[in-house]
Amino acid sequence: MTRRPSQFTKNKLPRWAIWAVLAGALILGAAFSALLGFSLVTMSLFAAIFFVVGGTAASGAVEGSRKAKDRLATYLIYGAFIVAVLPLLSVIWTVLERGLPGMTSDFLFRSMNGLTGAIDNQTVAEGTPVLGGAYHAILGTLQITLWATIISVPVGLLAAIYLVEYSTGGPLSRAITFFVDVMTGIPSIVAGLFAAALFGLIFGPGTRTGFVAAAALSVLMIPVVVRSTEEMLKIVPNELREASFALGVRKWRTITKVVIPTAISGIASGVTLAIARVIGETAPILVTAGFARGINLDVFGGWMSTLPTYIYYQIITPTSPTSTDPSIQRAWAAALVLIILVMMLNLAARLIARMFAPKTSR
Amino acid sequence: MSTKTVSPNTLRRDGDSGQSGDKIFSTASLLAGCLILAVLFSVAIFLLGQALPTFAADPSEISGGNGFFSYIWPIVIGTVIAATIALILATPIGIGVALFISHYAPRRLAQGFGYLIDLLAAIPSVVYGAWGYAVLAPQLAITYDWLANNLGWIPIFEGPASNTGRTILTAGIVLAVMVLPIITSLSREIFLQTPKLHEEASLALGATRWEMIKMSVLPFARPGIISAAMLGLGRALGETMAVALVLSGGALNASLIQTGNQTIAAEIALNFPEAFGLRLSELIAAGLVLFVITLAVNVIARWIISRHKEFSGAN
Amino acid sequence: MKVLRFGRAAAVISVAALALTACGTDSATDTPAEATGDNGSAESTVTGTLTGSGASSQGAAMTAWQNGFQEANPDATVQYAPDGSGAGREAFLAGGTQFAGSDAYLDEEEHAAAVEVCGPDGAFNIPAYIAPIAVAFNLPGIDELNMDAETIASVFRGDIANWNDEAIASQNEGVELPDQAITVVHRSDESGTTENFVDYLAAAAPDVWTDEVSGDWPAEIVAENAQGTNGVVSTTTSTEGAITYTDASAVGDLGQVLVEVGEEYVALTSEAASLAVEVAEPAEVEGAPEVDMSYNLDRDTTESGAYPIVLISYHVYCTTYADQETVDLVKAFGSYVISEDGQGDSADSAGNAPISEGLREQAQAAIDSIAVAS
Repeated sequence: MTRRPSQFTKNKLPRWAIWAVLAGALILGAAFSALLGFSLVTMSLFAAIFFVVGGTAASGAVEGSRKAKDRLATYLIYGAFIVAVLPLLSVIWTVLERGLPGMTSDFLFRSMNGLTGAIDNQTVAEGTPVLGGAYHAILGTLQITLWATIISVPVGLLAAIYLVEYSTGGPLSRAITFFVDVMTGIPSIVAGLFAAALFGLIFGPGTRTGFVAAAALSVLMIPVVVRSTEEMLKIVPNELREASFALGVRKWRTITKVVIPTAISGIASGVTLAIARVIGETAPILVTAGFARGINLDVFGGWMSTLPTYIYYQIITPTSPTSTDPSIQRAWAAALVLIILVMMLNLAARLIARMFAPKTSR
Repeated sequence: MSTKTVSPNTLRRDGDSGQSGDKIFSTASLLAGCLILAVLFSVAIFLLGQALPTFAADPSEISGGNGFFSYIWPIVIGTVIAATIALILATPIGIGVALFISHYAPRRLAQGFGYLIDLLAAIPSVVYGAWGYAVLAPQLAITYDWLANNLGWIPIFEGPASNTGRTILTAGIVLAVMVLPIITSLSREIFLQTPKLHEEASLALGATRWEMIKMSVLPFARPGIISAAMLGLGRALGETMAVALVLSGGALNASLIQTGNQTIAAEIALNFPEAFGLRLSELIAAGLVLFVITLAVNVIARWIISRHKEFSGAN
Repeated sequence: MKVLRFGRAAAVISVAALALTACGTDSATDTPAEATGDNGSAESTVTGTLTGSGASSQGAAMTAWQNGFQEANPDATVQYAPDGSGAGREAFLAGGTQFAGSDAYLDEEEHAAAVEVCGPDGAFNIPAYIAPIAVAFNLPGIDELNMDAETIASVFRGDIANWNDEAIASQNEGVELPDQAITVVHRSDESGTTENFVDYLAAAAPDVWTDEVSGDWPAEIVAENAQGTNGVVSTTTSTEGAITYTDASAVGDLGQVLVEVGEEYVALTSEAASLAVEVAEPAEVEGAPEVDMSYNLDRDTTESGAYPIVLISYHVYCTTYADQETVDLVKAFGSYVISEDGQGDSADSAGNAPISEGLREQAQAAIDSIAVAS
């Protein structure tokens, strides 16, 4: 008794076929890579190519060209993901591997005050735990980034609202859109020099405080906020606005109650990206906030350190030139702290977005 | 807020104050827009003022001794090469990853992946630089050797390959890794905003998943994708620390796998600390050139977007 | 309602911030370092904050000085940003900082500009940090090689491309030189180390090294490069057959070149470096005050036992400051830096060569001359 193939599965590759193609690709890949001197990397590379070609060909033969194209696209998209994730995992792995040994409570809750190269030399010679921490830099990063956000998010958000909701496509809005794009191209060091010069003019030369750094970072941050917010506001369906207007709601309340909540997830994501863009900046901080070794809680007075400057200086000018290992370890640990910090920030942004976002099908 | 009573329509409870609210809000947003223009204007003035001595100086006093143009030209090309490599690699992959997260991956995993990618945008460039220098370059050195031996007849792969692997191609790859999260993150948000109806309509008409994406998602998202790529390009062009750490720079070199080439941003970062007087002005002039390049790129991008406006799903 | 939610979020954030600030310690070590007895009591009256910026080469030493000084003077703070020599001098001349660290002494123009911020006598340099520059290479099994200036210059120019070249072999009899290509590694950033090294090559091997002397590596010579001392050392360490020049303190396990001076090959030691500075000639820049101590090193010296590849990093101070408090602070810090204690502290941390007794006396006299602006 033979079952007639079902009408629905006709012209469809059976499940096992894909696994067969995969197995074949692996074997062929191994064979080809053996020709060049076997290595796992070349083998997976060849296997991937054979799999994509083979899978598509098989599908094309049985299922027709449309299905084959669909399959090819699926493979390529999965492939893109794998290709993207590999280096990213490698970066994370590197940071974890080198940063974790330095992540002690001392590192998190102590500053570098009082640490000299002699202490590092001793540490290496005696094999004792590495001293010194990044507490001052963590605080500095938080404060400077917070102030930069306080300056740039309202400005960026309002400017985006102006562009999308108020402007009628006149020269002003076109100018703003255009120059915001240009602003994304300001080299970060130039932003720092600009802020330093500006505050130098107002408060006398050599003014270096956390706030100057925050201003410099805002110059870098605003365009990212505007750009991403603008995109997000643009794709809020016009029907929503029209419905709101039809109910007699004022424009500004439509914007705050309907448009922004609809786009809030994207906006939050954009703001997080903007923060992420500036929180890792080194060069503008160096020329605006100086370089402190101890704790400073006043953004309007005194020098400050941030995690990126901390990392940079630990790598470029180790505390002890003769035994650099403790400095390198501190640098990687600080990088790990910075990443964790951003991760928490990201989480917070997502929570906020979820709190405000309207319930939709997604 | 009164207790117990039925709460009035929150959208309208402001009553008369709405009018002034409207006015305040629109003025504030207009002011914000103007503030941005003012800031950019003063940055431009600052740059021009600082760069002026370079253009006025005698050509023989400029680094290299042949005037500003011959000084800046090689590093402009280097910048363009590095940014192009980064965009060529990152844009398709970034769009692919965004599509994977928005339309292919299981919903529950997708969120996690999206989160992972966002996170990667936050890794400071110093870390990418250190990674490229310590981990990636030695790996690539082997590949470059192979390329030089087997594809050496193509000018860009001409040997002998650098034995540290710290070439412009490596710098481009590191930049690609850095801009990938930016492109992915923004395009994903836009893909997710594609009207559900469009997608379902094309599926209902019998389109395969790829055809659905090609016909309803991508046209809707095109301006957004270009925006995302431009943001990524902005970062790739202006990236300093990563390139400074990874690239073993030098004079202009057609081969991507040999020592050579330099980018504007890295040139500034490497020489700025010890620069003063005319040299400082030179570096700021280089910054100005970078600025102009970004401007040109953006003009082109805007032009592309406006040409495709009619396809956009946004109003 | 939304306001409420925002309020709640803000409250949480501020509480978290408070909690975070409450649990950190502004010190890297547990035990407060023991007070240095000898110069403590006399000068502990100085108060205030001294701000400087400049050469990153002094970074590690400055850390040691900051700590040493603050231990002795608990009410005083010294902050220093290793922005780079050029930036440091610029900030100093603009009046933004009270002192600068610099790998090069002030030139004529800068002395003229200093009159604006420092009073009629302007500013002066004193050598504070002497760092010998090692020529280091990575050849397994070989710790030392003899080379004269011409050979070093040819190697770095790429004219000598292999380690078993006759020029190297003839100076190193009995050493088994491998048949290995030489990979030259230089600094990619502009630096005082490059400038001093290239200056040495240009002075000691003028026939071979014809390029201009500057902090930038000559663009015509294509070679591997890396950022910072750390960068060149790690690149050299990971590349067999590589050679580079670097601050001596960072050499680590790399082999070192003995440099020919006169008839003999001199190894790099603190004493040999100090000696080179001792025999250096005063620069006598136009417009500098009498107390100025700038030096032009005699690179092709034949002085026996002197090591000529040395970087002198200066501190730049004003001859007068606006008020007594700053004057006291600057004097106290300046004296500490050049004192035996200060130089010892930095040598422990940064591995530099302490300045000699003769230089110290002269520098102390210069610092003592700092006065309140009239």
